[in-house]
Formats: sequence, structure tokens, C-alpha cells
Amino acid sequence: MKRAAHYLAFYAGLFGLWTLLAELKIWPPYLFPTPWGVAEALYNGFADHTYWIAIRVSLERVLIGYAISVLLGMILGLGVASNKFLEETMGGLLVSLQSLPSICWWPLALLWFGLNQNAILFVVIMGSLLSVTLAMEDGRKQMPKIFGQAGRNLGAKGFKLFWYVLLPASLPFIVSGLKQGWAFAWRSLITAEMLYLSLGLGQVLMMGRDLNDMSAVIAVMLLIIAIGYIVDGVVFKGMERHLQNKWGLSPVS
Amino acid sequence: MNSNMARVANRTAVPVEAYFPDRVVRPAEKREPVSVRPTRRDLAVDVSKVGLRDVWLSYRAQDGQRLLALENIHLEVRAGEFVCIVGPSGCGKSTLLHLVAGLQAPTSGEILVDGKPVQGPGTDRILIFQEHGLFPWLTVGQNVEFGMKMKGVPKAERAERTLHFLQLVHLAKFHDSYIHQLSGGMRQRVAIARALATEPDVLLMDEPFAALDAQTRDLLHDELERIWNQTGCTIIFVTHNVREAVRLGDRVVLLTFRPGRVKTEFPVNLPRPRSLEDPEVALAARDVLDQLREEINSSLEAEYTSGVKPRIEPGVTT
Repeated sequence: MKRAAHYLAFYAGLFGLWTLLAELKIWPPYLFPTPWGVAEALYNGFADHTYWIAIRVSLERVLIGYAISVLLGMILGLGVASNKFLEETMGGLLVSLQSLPSICWWPLALLWFGLNQNAILFVVIMGSLLSVTLAMEDGRKQMPKIFGQAGRNLGAKGFKLFWYVLLPASLPFIVSGLKQGWAFAWRSLITAEMLYLSLGLGQVLMMGRDLNDMSAVIAVMLLIIAIGYIVDGVVFKGMERHLQNKWGLSPVS
Repeated sequence: MNSNMARVANRTAVPVEAYFPDRVVRPAEKREPVSVRPTRRDLAVDVSKVGLRDVWLSYRAQDGQRLLALENIHLEVRAGEFVCIVGPSGCGKSTLLHLVAGLQAPTSGEILVDGKPVQGPGTDRILIFQEHGLFPWLTVGQNVEFGMKMKGVPKAERAERTLHFLQLVHLAKFHDSYIHQLSGGMRQRVAIARALATEPDVLLMDEPFAALDAQTRDLLHDELERIWNQTGCTIIFVTHNVREAVRLGDRVVLLTFRPGRVKTEFPVNLPRPRSLEDPEVALAARDVLDQLREEINSSLEAEYTSGVKPRIEPGVTT
């Protein structure tokens, strides 16, 4: 109850400040739009389907890119975690590569794939793959050995061992890495879309800039934040809660 | 005298010499493998179920040195026999079970089950761990079902057998609970049910009751004895608790401190059902304990000379 009141007070204050600054007209409205202007831009964007289409296109891209990242990252992470040679050689490379913003791959991606969807997907994958890989590697190492032993002892081997034992056993340890991977994928996508003229939220945002329509820019920014927040709150929080119910509190931080 | 020594041995951090001033430390002598003496159990057939022949195991420690964990182990376990293995911590008794389970391969020597060499894990030999061996992401029922699922047993049959084995350990009501909702004793019963559900011939138990309170442990001893009688399986049971070993086993095998060798085998010819409080059990345990204490002392010695503080295994009691 108290928390809700704090929330309400904070956002009401923020909103009031924004309205006040806009109404004082210190800056011209095309530089500092009013809340009403942003609301109107949101309404118009949804009414003429621009935002719906942009959201669909962006989500599709990020889902494909993220799915590939998760798949590749799990295989790579498992490989690095269970092979001493890979760990010694590739482990360091992975960590150092993580400091590279994924958009740096954009020029190469353009050359390799051309100015199309694949180039965007490549950047998205490079953005999230490393987080997932490192998380999987770490999860595989943190996972108590005993689960693998018990699984093998009960007759699980090969793919069955991975699918029914190693993967669920490491899930609590990789969920935060998966979450981080998602955030990186989403950011990389928007960045790439801003540089590439095709549908998608990033491109709609740039369109606002080109038209000098700051209300539209802020409206799209709000959409990007909202989608990131919803995925985090619904998908990952749900996953964490689910794991907590099963495992009990201790192994899930 | 004996109980007095045990009490002394359970206190901590005083040099060994202070306890046993007249003790002479001799280098461990190499022993011939002890022959198996027949014990008195009706179900036990005189057929070797598990055989360890001249088993050696060494591994590379973190500092690069090779450590000998098991040395020249000879052990025959007959079908339907209940064998308990005791020894000081670090003697490789858990490793021995891992070898029989096929989770690890010996450096040299042979491990035979039904006369055939062990090549990797198999559901004819199931290992029960001290704790955490159950899968926390599955319900109790799914845990028990797991081995059968891996084997490809049809779903309906799986459900039926899961229920049967849960009833055997009196946990049918907890079919849909998750592991973290159960007490320690209940978890071990689930582990036993899960192991039995794959219908193993050999049950390998690695200090399964060490983390439980005394009352729960007593109860589980009774249950294990009953289940063993009902299923007729062969059990190799590792413990550091000598009383427990004597209470449960047809035979108690004592391993030496690092490297682990079979020091002595004690047949336990006491009538069943037994209880931990039986004076006969205590008396038999005393013989084992006297020899175990020698090993504990040499383990203390080793830790002294390597500059590590002495640590007396907590569960060793008469």
C-alpha cells in the first residue's frame, strides 16, 4: 500500500515537472514536447497502424535473433564449460569480446550480408550471444555435479542427459544471463534498426527525427521501454517465480 | 577404557601424542586380500554379485602430484548380501562406490558385476547419495519415475510402479510435492524409492543417513532392512558410523586411511532385526572401532605432518 503511494507520488511528480517545463515554454515545442503532444503521437501512431506494424516487425526480429543466440549460446557455453582446451583458449576471448558494443559489427554485417534483415539479425545475435554463452558456461560450472552423476546413474545419456538433467539443473544459474541476453538483444536491435531504413521501432523513431517531430520520438522511446519492461516483468519474472516454487528459495538468488 | 578413549578422541585440536603417548607409528604394511567368510543370511546365495579384483585408483591432485586413492582392493559381495564399508574420511570409500556405479573408471584392476566387467553406469546398480541427489525441478513422483522414463517404460506402467514404490517408503501422499518441501528423512526415502523403481540388483548407498537426526535414522534403518528383505537386492553401504555398519551389515569391511586398502573384514553374525541399542551390536562395533581408531590416528598423523590442523571425523561413535 505504502509502496503504491510512493509510486504514484513519484510518477505524478515527474509528470507534473514535465508538464510545467513544457508549459513554461522555455524551449520551443518541437524541441521539448508536452505530454499531450506525446499522447497524441501515440494515438495517431496506433490509429494509422504504423506502431502496430513496427512493433510486430521488431518483435519478430528480436525473437528470431534471441532464439538463435540462446541455442548457439547454450551449445557454446556447454562446450566451453566441459572442455578444458576450449575454456583456456576461448574463455578469455569471450569475456573480452563482451566489451565490444554489438553495433560495431554493423559495417562488417553490411558487407557480409548486404543491407537487409540478415545484417540486423547478425547484430542482434552478436549482442546477446556472448551473455548467453557466458551465463551457460557459468551455470554449467555452478551446477552441483551430483545432478549429472545421478542422471547418468539412472540411465540418462547423450541428448537425454542434457535435456532432462543438465539443462533443467542449470536453469536457476543461467536465468539472469538469459535475461541480460534479452536486454542486449533488444538494445542491439533498436540500434541496428535506427541505421537501416526498413520497418521497425528504431526506424520509426528515426522517422520522427527526420520530421522534426519530437513528440513521435518520445512516443516511440516510451514504446521501446514498455516492451522491454513487459518482457522482463512477464517472461523472466514468471520464469524466476516458477523456478522458485520448484526449487525452494535457496538456489535461486 | 574403550568408551573413554572414544570420548577423548572426539575432542578437538590437541596433539595425538597427548592422547596416546605410548603409540608407535609404523609404516602401513601391505596386506594380503582377506578371504570372504560366509555369513548367516538365508537369502544370500553363494554367488559373487559384485567383485573388485586388484583395483587401484590414482588421480592427479591440483598441485600436479599423483595421489593414490585406492590400493589393491579385493572385495567380493555375494548376491543378496548387505555389506557395509567403513573407514576414516579420505580413505576413498565413496570413490569405491563411484567405481562400482561406473561413474568413474579404476586406474587398473577389474570391477565385475555378475561376472561381467563394469563399463559405465547402468541401472542395475543405483547409487544413493548423502544429499542433494534428487532433482529439485521435478516432483516426488517425477523423481521416482525418472529412471523408468529413461529406460522407455510406457507411461501407464510408470505411474503404477511409481505409486507402488512410493507406498513402499510410505510417501504416496507426497506424490506431487517438490523436493524442497520435504524433510531430510523424507528426501532419503524418495531417493530410495527412486533407486528401487529402476529395479536394480545392487543398491549403492553413500552415507545416505549421515545428515539425518538420530530418530529419523533409526526409522530408516528399520525401513531399509525391511525393503532389503522384500526385494532381496544386494546392498553396499558406505558409512563412517561403525554402530550403523554393524546394525545393518552382514559384513563390515574396514578400509585403511589413504590410500584405501581393505584392512579387515568383520562378519556380523547377529540375528535380525537388530537395533542400534542392542548390546551385541555395541560389542561388535567395539572390535571394528578399535581398528578404525588406528586408521583415524594415522589420518591425524598425516594431517599433522602436512601442516594441516587435525580433524576428527564427527560421526565416529561407539
